[in-house]
Amino acid sequence: MTGKEAKKIFTKGILTDNPILVQVIGICSALAVTNLMMNSLIMGIALSLVTAFSSLTVSLLKDHTPKHIRMMVQVLIISAYVIMVDIYLKAYMPDMSKALGPYVGLIITNCIIMGRAEGFAQSNPPLPSFFDGLASGLGYTFVLLAISFIREILGFGSIFGISIIPSSFTRWTLMVMPPSAFFILACIMWIFNNRSIKKQREGVEKK
Amino acid sequence: MIQVHPFVILIASIFTSNMIFSNFLGMCSFIAVSKEIPTAMGLGIAVTMVLSATTVLNYFVYWYILLPLGLEYLMYILFILVIAAFVQLLEMVMDRYLPTLYYALGIFLPLITVNCAILGVSLFMVTRQYTFLQTFAFGVGSGLGWALAITAMAGIRARLNENSIPEGLRGVPITLIITGIMALTFIGFSGMVQIQ
Repeated sequence: MTGKEAKKIFTKGILTDNPILVQVIGICSALAVTNLMMNSLIMGIALSLVTAFSSLTVSLLKDHTPKHIRMMVQVLIISAYVIMVDIYLKAYMPDMSKALGPYVGLIITNCIIMGRAEGFAQSNPPLPSFFDGLASGLGYTFVLLAISFIREILGFGSIFGISIIPSSFTRWTLMVMPPSAFFILACIMWIFNNRSIKKQREGVEKK
Repeated sequence: MIQVHPFVILIASIFTSNMIFSNFLGMCSFIAVSKEIPTAMGLGIAVTMVLSATTVLNYFVYWYILLPLGLEYLMYILFILVIAAFVQLLEMVMDRYLPTLYYALGIFLPLITVNCAILGVSLFMVTRQYTFLQTFAFGVGSGLGWALAITAMAGIRARLNENSIPEGLRGVPITLIITGIMALTFIGFSGMVQIQ
């Protein structure tokens, strides 16, 4: 795999084909864990690792899996990695494991992983599949961090749990509650869409 | 843990702890399938059926198979297998005995396996340590709450087509904003009953 190819895979996963902003998949957990930046970071890392390694495994096994049961095999591979992440979190970060709760287990049903396994890893060699999974996971992590940055700084006045806004600033209780996640994600998507619409228009005019 | 009456759990999981508005579960299909009322209702009914049955099945799997054997860490794999197998079975039974219902709901059934609400409810059931009746109420209530949310959303989106929305907001972003506003209104129910 050349450097150019790798660059292409990463820009695709993080920007042009961002799983949340462009493909709109896997947003359940994106909304649920974004009240604190630390939660989002851990969730993002967990998802990136699971996506990368399950893409790698699916790609390695693709010649040996019968076509009609491949979905089942993929789900089992993903579950195995999620269980590893879950056990690791329980052992080394018990507080984080409690805060994320069932959302760690819900990585299994996160469409991003299935989507990458089915859409890329199934028809590509192992190494590019690994990086493709990692890139999609990073794209997801960036969006999560962006949402949680806004929610944590307005809701708690802190970043990564370190208080930076003086306590005289009135906290937005709404930012801690579920509805704000919808509003902020919608606004980020709006900005992103406007950017790509503008780019498309410029492209048409140049031609 | 304090014993909450199953009926309270039923009401709470429909209104105050709605799967979509407070736990964000099942968002993917909520956004993708909420364009028309009949399809949204179809999916809502299918989800309610699968959710009620699989939550109860997973209750037995967890308390009578996994816990005595000390295999709790295999929870995720077994739950997802139970859900996939149940959906497959339901599809076959419906195809054989209820063909009309099968044609109405058929296309939604495969979608349900990957709906995070189904797995999510089973996982919540384990973390909150519900009894059998509580589990049943929680499964049915969550399903009804999900169906209510998606049907209401479809109703709003059908009206939305007639309005002019800024170009960048069309489609998913506006749906998210409406969901946010709906979530705010559902917070109004929270004084009524509360579970966790």
